[in-house]
Amino acid sequence: MSETILELRDVKTHFPLHRGLIFRRDAGTVKAVDGVSLSVRRGEVLGLVGESGCGKSTLARTILQLLPTTAGAVLLGGRNLTAAGAEEVRAARRDLQMIFQDPYASLNPRMTVFDTLAEPLRVHRVCTAEEIPARVHRLMERVGLAPRFLRKYPHEFSGGQRQRIAIARALALEPRIVVADEPVSALDVSIQAQILNLLAGLCREMDLTLIFIAHDLSVVKHISDRVAVMYLGRIVELGAAADVIERPQHPYTRALVSAIPVPDPDVERTRQRLVLPGDPPSPINPPPGCAFHPRCAYAVARCREAVPPLIPAGPAREAACVRLGEL
Amino acid sequence: MPLLEVTDLRTSFHTRTGVTRAVDGVSFSLERGETLGIVGESGSGKSVTCYSILGLIPQPPGRIEGGSAVFAGTDLLRCRPEEARALRGKRIAMIFQDPMTSLNPYLRIGDQLIEPLLIHERLPREEARRRGLAMLEAVGINDAARRLDLYPHEFSGGMRQRVMIAMALITKPELLIADEPTTALDVTVQAQILELIRKMQRELGMAVIFITHDLGVVSGLCDRVQVMYAGRIVETADTRTLFHAPRHPYTRALQRSIPALQAKGATLYTIPGLPPDLSRPVPGCAFAARCEHANDACRAERPALRAAAPGHLHACLRAHAGEL
Repeated sequence: MSETILELRDVKTHFPLHRGLIFRRDAGTVKAVDGVSLSVRRGEVLGLVGESGCGKSTLARTILQLLPTTAGAVLLGGRNLTAAGAEEVRAARRDLQMIFQDPYASLNPRMTVFDTLAEPLRVHRVCTAEEIPARVHRLMERVGLAPRFLRKYPHEFSGGQRQRIAIARALALEPRIVVADEPVSALDVSIQAQILNLLAGLCREMDLTLIFIAHDLSVVKHISDRVAVMYLGRIVELGAAADVIERPQHPYTRALVSAIPVPDPDVERTRQRLVLPGDPPSPINPPPGCAFHPRCAYAVARCREAVPPLIPAGPAREAACVRLGEL
Repeated sequence: MPLLEVTDLRTSFHTRTGVTRAVDGVSFSLERGETLGIVGESGSGKSVTCYSILGLIPQPPGRIEGGSAVFAGTDLLRCRPEEARALRGKRIAMIFQDPMTSLNPYLRIGDQLIEPLLIHERLPREEARRRGLAMLEAVGINDAARRLDLYPHEFSGGMRQRVMIAMALITKPELLIADEPTTALDVTVQAQILELIRKMQRELGMAVIFITHDLGVVSGLCDRVQVMYAGRIVETADTRTLFHAPRHPYTRALQRSIPALQAKGATLYTIPGLPPDLSRPVPGCAFAARCEHANDACRAERPALRAAAPGHLHACLRAHAGEL
């Protein structure tokens, strides 16, 4: 097994809530990420899935230290980023880059493509000023954009092309890990396929570790080696991507998989659907015990008692459900 | 007689940068109780087609250049505005993609919900409220009596879409047009909403036009599918045929680029290039520039939508010639 490059130890990211404008009083805590432990191996693609509000984007931002961690540790190659100073975190970002969901919002509209790609090189002083143009050219080639686009501004590009620019920017520092937060959900299917191929190719060629966040399970299954399923701030299932999605064990993963419409009318019309009732609960007041129990068809009294830990569920598989053996 | 018959609909937008032909000669018909899926990428004209039928295109910059859309004997494009209003919201209803922006944030849910009844059926308030309550319960909102008096922001995304559906169906329409109603929702909520649309359709026997870019959603819901590209219909067939024996290269390409249907880890098929700029019409097939099978004839002549088999129409010269 290859080495661990990134490790999360019981990471918690909570947001305090306040009421009142002048006399501020505490009104509870949003537990967006509430105890995530995970090790990411060098060179793998780890998919992170879950519904909106499950904490997957907060977790991404926590990994990059874009949000303060409430508790726990984020270790990059053994270095604890949560305990590091601002200067050290900034240096760590050479190894840790991010691609955001909305390529319309994540690029500065007043910077040309050249400036956008040159900025990280200048900030981190990775090369001399003379070397910058050549490096920017190589980046453009790498993501499949013609060098004649260098003097253009983001508004002159389509969504797919903008996402290529955002990917090039993330690669500028030759990071070891890239965190991509829903990089294809804003794109049309034909463009989505282009970006997925590009990301998969880059991972192979550049020995890149990719944390790929998405809500679309078929996309995640396609690109990921392993997948982690999140529900209300915690990981509820973890394992090899195809294994988890084809043979889900946690009742939540089962419902999630069953909810995906299959683009084949014969399959779609005959298969059994598990329609999950209700909405995900609020992370301000999570239900006691297993947070999924109010929507779970298999919940029993002991599901309400304690938060179930992730336990082994087959080879290289983990799931957080007390009834695993009984289902 | 079909419930809705659209013939040669053409809608364009006149802007400073030129004329964009968003819908360029679209014809189709819909029977009572039928579910038609309209599939296409952004900018293919699927929403503009339906907005044109309903008279929801802002004019200017939009302009209906020609065609007709006959609903139960009335041409919606040529009738007087009050005639269209009498049909819209009563016999034809619509739900939109984003339930947050299509509900009025200043009005209580109950007041918005019963508005169609007050306007179209002139029911007394008490009676309308009773029907509103029953409808909210029918779309699966618990504790409906209390929730009638809440505001939209107090509802989750899935519940708001349920309210939108309740509002659309409260007058028992004969035709429901749903424009990407589940795109903004999580998959588990999407599954709930699709189930709800199926159930309501069974109960009311209405026809549905379902606009989406997701072939998966279409496969379980629709009787017939039409695929749009650059403002035109490029292929239409019953759902099984379209999925199992597509003829047009664009339909095939669309299908091949979905990850769910590919072997894991394999390189996904991609359509080269970008969708065409609709303000610069090309003489031949709009897809020719991205099509791996295109020849000179494709670039010279605009292919017509013709039948390849009963009920299966497509607009590809080479497929019609039996070359594909």
